[in-house]
Amino acid sequence: MGKTVTVGNKKVMLAPFSSWMVVFVFIPMALVVYFAFTDGDSFTLSNLQYIYTYRHTLWLSVELAFIATAICLVLAYPIAYILSRASERIQRNATLIVMLPMWMNFLVRTYAWMTLLENNGIINSALRGLAGLFGSEFDGFAMVNNRGAIVLGMVYNFLPYMILPIYTALTKIDNSLIEAARDLGSGGFQVLKRVIFPLSIPGIISGITMVFIPSLSTFIISRILGGSKDFLIGDLIEDFFLGNSGVVNYNIGAALSLVLMIMIFIATFFMNHFDKEAKTTAGGTI
Amino acid sequence: MEKKNCLIDLKNIVVSFDGEQILKGINFYIRDGEFITFLGPSGCGKTTTLRIIAGFLEPDEGEVIFDGKKINGVPPHKRQVNTIFQRYALFPHLNVAENIAFGLKLKKMPKDKIEAKVKEMLSLVNLKGFENRHINSLSGGQQQRVAIARALAVDPKVLLLDEPLGALDLKLRKDMQVELKKIQQSLGITFIYVTHDQEEALSMSDTIVVMDSGKIQQIGTPTDIYNEPKNAFVADFIGESNIVDGIMKQDMLVEFSGHTFDCLDKGFGKNEAVDVVVRPEDVDVVPVEKGMLTGTVTSVTFKGVHYEIIVDIGGFLWMIQSTDIQHVGDRIGLYIEPDAIHIMKKSEYSGMFGDFSSYSEEFDELSDVNSGVEDGENG
Amino acid sequence: MKILAKIYAFLIFVFLYAPIFVIVVFSFNSGSSRAVFEGFSLQWYKEMLQDELILRSLWYSLIIAVLSAIIATVIGTMAAVGINNLKGWKKSAFLSANNIPVVNPEIVTAISMMILFVFILSYFNSLEMGFGTLLIAHITFNIPYVVLSVLPKLRGMDSNIYNAALDLGCPPVKAFIKVVIPQILPGVISGLIMAFTLSLDDFVISYFNSGSSFQTLPITIYSMTKKPYSLKLNALSTIMFAVILVLMIAGNIRKPANEKKLKK
Repeated sequence: MGKTVTVGNKKVMLAPFSSWMVVFVFIPMALVVYFAFTDGDSFTLSNLQYIYTYRHTLWLSVELAFIATAICLVLAYPIAYILSRASERIQRNATLIVMLPMWMNFLVRTYAWMTLLENNGIINSALRGLAGLFGSEFDGFAMVNNRGAIVLGMVYNFLPYMILPIYTALTKIDNSLIEAARDLGSGGFQVLKRVIFPLSIPGIISGITMVFIPSLSTFIISRILGGSKDFLIGDLIEDFFLGNSGVVNYNIGAALSLVLMIMIFIATFFMNHFDKEAKTTAGGTI
Repeated sequence: MEKKNCLIDLKNIVVSFDGEQILKGINFYIRDGEFITFLGPSGCGKTTTLRIIAGFLEPDEGEVIFDGKKINGVPPHKRQVNTIFQRYALFPHLNVAENIAFGLKLKKMPKDKIEAKVKEMLSLVNLKGFENRHINSLSGGQQQRVAIARALAVDPKVLLLDEPLGALDLKLRKDMQVELKKIQQSLGITFIYVTHDQEEALSMSDTIVVMDSGKIQQIGTPTDIYNEPKNAFVADFIGESNIVDGIMKQDMLVEFSGHTFDCLDKGFGKNEAVDVVVRPEDVDVVPVEKGMLTGTVTSVTFKGVHYEIIVDIGGFLWMIQSTDIQHVGDRIGLYIEPDAIHIMKKSEYSGMFGDFSSYSEEFDELSDVNSGVEDGENG
Repeated sequence: MKILAKIYAFLIFVFLYAPIFVIVVFSFNSGSSRAVFEGFSLQWYKEMLQDELILRSLWYSLIIAVLSAIIATVIGTMAAVGINNLKGWKKSAFLSANNIPVVNPEIVTAISMMILFVFILSYFNSLEMGFGTLLIAHITFNIPYVVLSVLPKLRGMDSNIYNAALDLGCPPVKAFIKVVIPQILPGVISGLIMAFTLSLDDFVISYFNSGSSFQTLPITIYSMTKKPYSLKLNALSTIMFAVILVLMIAGNIRKPANEKKLKK
């Protein structure tokens, strides 16, 4: 094989990266698998079996992550579309406007929602004041320490991750394509359905992945907004590794992590598959 | 073979990539001060050969000799050759003068000398006063000139040019051809030029190396290559050709298309099957009764200087170029002088070229454009 | 339709910015309630600036962020150059490996490294998680982002530019510094900045890999939220937010000017 001159020696350039990844990514991953299938020293499936007792938690995690992702998608698509059609001045700052809230510490932000939602919080106080004007009593809505609050926390924290990829996909659509569709007699809704939507699917897919994964694996949002009732899979993993509820068990924690990884792997696999399919259909539609 | 003034000698160069042989044993030498062109379609190995001379690619086998010394393994920055790259490869973060001075600074030349040299180079390429211009503000042709100035500033013994005019439009390309040839003659240094454009090769070169599928098909002067192509590939690639199967009856007598012609070629075996080349401009149109061959006109295209006429002769389509108009459907006679007939030995390319039945102008141009782009990718 | 769109956009941004607004407003509260604004005061800012724990962890956060960003940028940039030279399955293998920490849930990355560290540290009884483990963890999750921001610049660069420098007599290392680095610098810098901010902001991975002696700001904030909530956190967040806002706006104002220059 002819040796070509390349920028830098391949081996030298990749050596630090490769060794770093092996020691601090691959070996740790292998350890997770090792711990998941052993109990101290011998091979066992009991860790995975033990997880079965947590099936409700697992299911709840999937359910809440799914709901949060769906809500994010519904909320994000219109705003991404609006931003993608906005004036150049707004567009230049669109990413900044959407990302800016993320630059405030997320724990403090999540706590701020407590301030807004709790029984003596800002919203309930305002409503109470309003009710007072009409001379009636108002107990306030129970808006925190429940599953709805967890979903709200997820939606709030991860919404930008849904908006931005969709926005990017929408801005990449060639305007002449839309004009061509108009030209061929498609009405506004038809254009949206047949041209814009299919072409934005890659953005939707990465948005879904970027919201679903952190929603499924969060452990702090549920802790703050969900009270202590509803444990999610992330909370379980944290407990088994840090022993906040008295038990430290790396093996079960590792097994739970493995299950989490597998769920996410399956989800991403489906998403990618869907993405490819969408691309071919989109190509066929136009 | 005597090698006069030999500057670069390539001996049995073999290169393969991913199991595919790109160069299959290349042998030739380059004389000091000549303008030599590697000509061939995309993927023929011409750019690869250039990269071996520049030192960007080490061959698997074979020797590269420069000025009598083997330079295999000598890294590019220690070779006395400089390259003009396909898309110029100017340094976008430096201005025109800084680009040209790049190699000079590395030579630790004093500042005032660098300045003088930059000025001299800019005037050589007709870009006086462009010193402080930003690279991105230049047109393609201007960038091309800066690239030439940058490479020539370091006084190379050899300048390698990798399809340097490929990105320019036709008019500019023609002007630059003349200018490049002028620069080469005035400096007297060796130019090694790579192109897939046969016209460019014919008009600029002292020597042309025709390549295909990693092999050299023919080496010669432009006239040699045009008039005495070695095989069907060369005949077809250089200019338009009618290539038909023939049988050498005896020396200076060949039979093809059902007629026996006088020719000037000899040294073939009796009744040897050969390829016969007749250039379209060497065929005379005559009345049917006076024709050595007769056929029906199937298409006529006006080309400005002449008409391009496709004639069906017994199912084989000939192309002829004539200043007289003919009409589709006309039966005409063709007359071919003995010196218009060129006989070639049969080769692996026999039968692949020569019939104009699938010929289409647009297709030809399209493939030209494509080959330019692809060559850039596969190097 | 236009008006509907505006109302919708307005509501979404209210949703996104409401907590920010609340945090900023209540940082100026003269009382200590998170929900009842009693009057304007700067007392929480004063207290925050006197809180040694906060200042120390801010300092730790900055040290970790700067060091991990620089080291990750060096390793990541080299890796991007190496990966860019690869072809076929080798290239996709390296890219996939690079993506593992990006795609993997943070908590899994966190506990996997924690297992490794506990495993190694158990051999040296005296050692505890702290600066070293935290730095390694941050470098690990920063590297992929640097690679991903440098790679497109390399792809967009004509590789012959490097060859041209060699061709003109420049030795390889010098050619890399003089010609390649200037071309990929924007990617390297944005990778560096991204690594810095990711590191500064990281909670999950630090949470599992920091130990009690060396806590970064997000960890400290978390432990403070567990105690009776103090509006010092609001003051702290507001200041940090303001700093980032100023930096971002400065960066954004500079950008259009640069873009104009690059366009022909």
